[in-house]
Amino acid sequence: MDLMSMLQAVLFNYTLRTVALGAATLGIVSGALGCYAVLRRQALLGDAMSHAALPGIVLAFLLTGTRQPLVLMLGAMVAGWLATLALIGIVRTTRIKEDSALGILLSVFFGFGMVLLALAQKQPNAAQAGLSKFLFGQAASLVVRDVVTMVGLGTVALLLMLLFWKEFKLLSFDPDFGTTQGFPIRLLDIGLTALIVVAIVVGLQTVGVVLMSAMLVAPAAAARQWTDRLGVMVALAAFFGALAGVVGAMISATARGMSTGPTVVLCISAIVVFSIFFAPNRGLVWNMVRQQRNRQHLLRRVDRELVLEPE
Amino acid sequence: MHTNTLAIEVTDLTVAYRDNPVLWDVDLAVPAGILMAIVGPNGAGKTTLIKAILGLVPIAAGQTLIYGKPYAVQRRLVGYVPQRGSVDWDFPTSVLDVVMMGRYGALGWIRRPGRRERDLAYEALEKVKMHNFADRQISQLSGGQQQRVFLARALVQDAQVYFMDEPFQGVDATTERTIVTLLQELRSAGKTVVVVHHDLQTVPQYFDWVTLLNVRRIASGMVSEVFTEENLRLTYGGRVTLIGHNSASSMLSEPLSAADHNKG
Ligand SMILES: Nc1ncnc2c1ncn2[C@@H]1O[C@H](COP(=O)(O)OP(=O)(O)OP(=O)(O)O)[C@@H](O)[C@H]1O
Ligand SMILES: [Mg+2]
Repeated sequence: MDLMSMLQAVLFNYTLRTVALGAATLGIVSGALGCYAVLRRQALLGDAMSHAALPGIVLAFLLTGTRQPLVLMLGAMVAGWLATLALIGIVRTTRIKEDSALGILLSVFFGFGMVLLALAQKQPNAAQAGLSKFLFGQAASLVVRDVVTMVGLGTVALLLMLLFWKEFKLLSFDPDFGTTQGFPIRLLDIGLTALIVVAIVVGLQTVGVVLMSAMLVAPAAAARQWTDRLGVMVALAAFFGALAGVVGAMISATARGMSTGPTVVLCISAIVVFSIFFAPNRGLVWNMVRQQRNRQHLLRRVDRELVLEPE
Repeated sequence: MHTNTLAIEVTDLTVAYRDNPVLWDVDLAVPAGILMAIVGPNGAGKTTLIKAILGLVPIAAGQTLIYGKPYAVQRRLVGYVPQRGSVDWDFPTSVLDVVMMGRYGALGWIRRPGRRERDLAYEALEKVKMHNFADRQISQLSGGQQQRVFLARALVQDAQVYFMDEPFQGVDATTERTIVTLLQELRSAGKTVVVVHHDLQTVPQYFDWVTLLNVRRIASGMVSEVFTEENLRLTYGGRVTLIGHNSASSMLSEPLSAADHNKG
């Protein structure tokens, strides 16, 4: 499928339009909020929280028997939240370091989720059929009801991020100084983490729990290459996220039987690689050119001064 | 110059990380309008003392007062310059932006910094001779420049009491003079400045008061009275000695010999 016919499909095909809107939403929300995860060096936390969402989703389904997006997302949020609490508990009360604790939690929650998923799939109930799409994501399964929920949650999260812009910046750059400025840093930390959980939850159905953290980290990493300002970085990351989301979702929705998570992640990876090489100032190519130019400049100067020096 | 009000009053302060006490029963009474150094070996608890006063680490016992009231209600009066290495200097933000953070507390929730904050921040940058760097991304600063940005961020807050953690760390002689002059101006304006300092030789020259700390408070008072060889030996465990002992003026001119001088 070439670009033009893809564009046409997005504009005029109702199903594809829904899918594109959902993918764009997820890209914007996770791209923007992912910047904070990256700047605060919490990429691994994002990964643990998205894996931890699986048992939450399946349990929510097993308990209520519905596949209402809001119910499943609530389950995912609660599970992500429990994982965070468990993390804090482990780090505080044992000598296990944060990265190891995250590794443990990620596998335990995800393993538990897989067991629950196997249990759910044994049920005769036909409703469980769609649950496994939460592993690697299935954009084609997005219906209007899902997208409405995603847009609603995403908008609230982004508005809160904009409202507390200055506070979240302070928290991310220098939390101790933030405390001396009178802000309840612990509370802000909880708030920002909650927003990141929302960003994860918004993307789960489309991208899946396994690869979701890439949508937090990769757009931010790419955006950081292009700018030295937080505002621009957040906007760019949102744009990159949306671009990768829409293109990836279109590819997977039009190619039969392909999960969306991997295609979206491939798209965002391409953007990251391009940014690492070609972004001005920070890009590798740019740096090589600059180094070469500097060296030649210096060599010429040295030559000149050697000539001037008397033998 | 010294008034009767105590700017900082610390009583029976004990702080522990897990079961390991880092500060033990520390008392401190700092009058307003002085420049005070805190000296002590690495790991003596100097940073912890400042953080405990600012409520950044939990206190096991004791209390701290700023102008007679708990820090929590006097927060506005207190400025803080953390150790330079405590933040990520690759954060995507500019020098002016960092300095404006010193106004966030006064701005309160949600309100964004505007024209006024910009002007104040620029003024503070002029005071530390960094105004030419206002729009620079913070990762493109040298260590001494980073230090001055942190100072400007504290200045813009217009506090009464300042705590500075090693502001002279890794700065050249010129920057050191700039900072010392600035500290003296703050003192002339009636502010109280507490500075963690590592260069014992310059203590008598720069400061009026000194606190010698090594988990316990060894001594605290006017430099001329408490900055003695005896107290230094108690603080640094007998490894440090001042050659031309006891008088502050001779310490200024005499080099400081460490470790091997006092053997036998
Ligand atoms: N977060 C922490 N957890 C556990 N122990 C800590 C922590 N921070 C500091 N310590 C310990 O507390 C003691 C005092 O540390 P502190 O940073 O206050 O020393 P300092 O006097 O500022 O040293 P330096 O001159 O190296 O800056 C040290 O023994 C240190 O190992
Ligand atoms: Mg220290």
